[in-house]
Amino acid sequence: MAIDIPRIPLGDGIEGGLDFLTSHYSNVTRGISSVTQTGISALNDGLMWLPEWALMAIIALICWRVANLRLGIGAVLGLALIWNLELWNPMIETLTLVVIATAVAVVIALPFGVLAAISDRFYSVIMPVLDFMQTMPAFVYLIPAIPFFGIGSVSAIFATVIFSMPPAIRFTTLGIRQVPNDLIEAADAFGATRTQKLIKIQFPLSLPTIMAGINQTIMLALSMVVIAAMIGADGLGSEVWRAIQRLRPGDGFEAGIAVVILAMLLDRITQALRKPKKKAS
Amino acid sequence: MTETDETNIKIQVRGLSKVFGSQPKKALELRNQGKKRPEILEKTGQTLGLSNIDFDVREGELLVIMGLSGSGKSTLIRCLNRLIEPTEGDIVIDGQNIPKLSEKELLECRRRHFSMVFQNFALFPHKTVQENAEYGLEVRGVEKKSRVESARNSLKQVGLDGWEDAYPSQLSGGMQQRVGLARALANDSTVMLMDEAFSALDPLIRKDMQQELIELQHRMKKTTIFITHDLDEAISIGDRIILLKDGEVVQMGTPEDILTRPADDYVARFVEGVDMSRIFTANSAMRSVRATARDSDGPRTVLRKMSEHGLDSIYVIDRDRTLLGIVSVDDVDAAAKAGKDTINELIQNDFPKAGPDEPMNNLFAMFNEKSYPIAIVDDNQRLLGVVVKGAVLEKLAEAGEH
Repeated sequence: MAIDIPRIPLGDGIEGGLDFLTSHYSNVTRGISSVTQTGISALNDGLMWLPEWALMAIIALICWRVANLRLGIGAVLGLALIWNLELWNPMIETLTLVVIATAVAVVIALPFGVLAAISDRFYSVIMPVLDFMQTMPAFVYLIPAIPFFGIGSVSAIFATVIFSMPPAIRFTTLGIRQVPNDLIEAADAFGATRTQKLIKIQFPLSLPTIMAGINQTIMLALSMVVIAAMIGADGLGSEVWRAIQRLRPGDGFEAGIAVVILAMLLDRITQALRKPKKKAS
Repeated sequence: MTETDETNIKIQVRGLSKVFGSQPKKALELRNQGKKRPEILEKTGQTLGLSNIDFDVREGELLVIMGLSGSGKSTLIRCLNRLIEPTEGDIVIDGQNIPKLSEKELLECRRRHFSMVFQNFALFPHKTVQENAEYGLEVRGVEKKSRVESARNSLKQVGLDGWEDAYPSQLSGGMQQRVGLARALANDSTVMLMDEAFSALDPLIRKDMQQELIELQHRMKKTTIFITHDLDEAISIGDRIILLKDGEVVQMGTPEDILTRPADDYVARFVEGVDMSRIFTANSAMRSVRATARDSDGPRTVLRKMSEHGLDSIYVIDRDRTLLGIVSVDDVDAAAKAGKDTINELIQNDFPKAGPDEPMNNLFAMFNEKSYPIAIVDDNQRLLGVVVKGAVLEKLAEAGEH
């Protein structure tokens, strides 16, 4: 009892590090911030510019083409309900955040996933990092996002990317490692280079698995951008947040149902992309 | 069989060894002290996959490497193109020593010299038959037009024209392996490596593929190294056979050598497996006699008959086709020069003779050093036909299919 172990100043250390980053790399963060903000605005404005019925028609058509007519009809019904509930604009804002966050996450995840598949050492380094990223409570990412990027959508994207990236990396690694060894041996036997193997054999063969990872990333991104309303992200999340603050369960559920509809559409579309229809022969 | 030394050597393998494990030196040291695989494994934890393998691959031949699983045959074929890194030894192909090549030279060497056919086909499921056949050329960077053409050609050669746009999963096993073969052929490499290429096919298709491989190989004279665990397959397709056991060569020779003069018990046990030949009789391997001499023929007539049919011995029969004996070309020639007008005193009786119901495996022992064909006679000693060595081998090889 007598031994007095001082409390390890873990939190102070982290804060110190974050302060250092914000003060010394503010140019970088400001740059990222303005680029991201431009991207968000452009995509958002584009989607808003389209009349509601036109966007509904486009999404329904996509659903029909990649999956089936039933999903197309479901899309129309679901989106019509959102429109009717006057949640169209928040829904578009949420969709924008999800699309951008997913795009950034996938662009970062693919090379990392490939690297982890090729190098055992990199694999053993990155896996614990991914565990950390996934199990850390999602809210925690919101806090450092604010000093980096300020209140708003860019911070939401930052936190969302970190939170949603791990499955894309994991599934990419898994997919590439799952390519049967005899195919790799065949490629080697014919004198394929490492790049040729990767692009022509490993990548196409692991595509279904990678798509499953991207599907997971989208789902996580959607859940995160809703939570990110707490740091000022626009969209359906902020509707829910407002409902909480005003104690209006009805409004909250309406926004929540809109999130569910959006999630189901995104999920079904990406799942359908995963299993490409057999080419006619 | 006589060794034909003047044939060009395509690949020279000398002192090739492979140790699986992290301390290959230790294992090789023990090997040099005369220790064998199990002992080395016990002492060092290292597996001696191949030990001091020496052999040549001749230009244009079909060389079969045979052994049971664990004999090292798959390791051996993979050492040739360094899918597995050899631990020591030389593999020289056209003046290049493969184990010494740099990464880049190795890629180049694989592209130019080796194409490979795999036991489980190893076709790319996301590519069409055509694209699979093009693969080797695609890797080499051959332009689209000419690689489409080569791939089509080789698909035609294996009888797959019309299937170019199908995917491998739409084909039967036999057809898939034809694609594998076409992929190897289209590459136009100098050596074809076939790793248990037909072992996953069912017996009938397998027999067909063997036949086709023999034909292809005779037509194209492509140097081929074929791995199998199946003696029947080895005998029916191999120009020469190398027998491996525990990572060492136990015997090397023509199919006949191996069947007739097994180097040790191991080979003999292998050969015993072919003893399904018991169910075959002389009758099934018998062919009709190309020419016979009559006891009334003079030496010059007999000589003419022999030279017409390219024989160096001929069976002599009387008017009722009763077999009297055999005469050799040297004796007849001498008699002709001496001006004799009968061959009666030349007739010898030391020739092999059997009834049509004689079991095949007994026939084998009958071939004497003069290699006279075995005369098949009925109960009245009338000559029905002859059995030559090749026919026995052929039937023995077939035996495994039933």
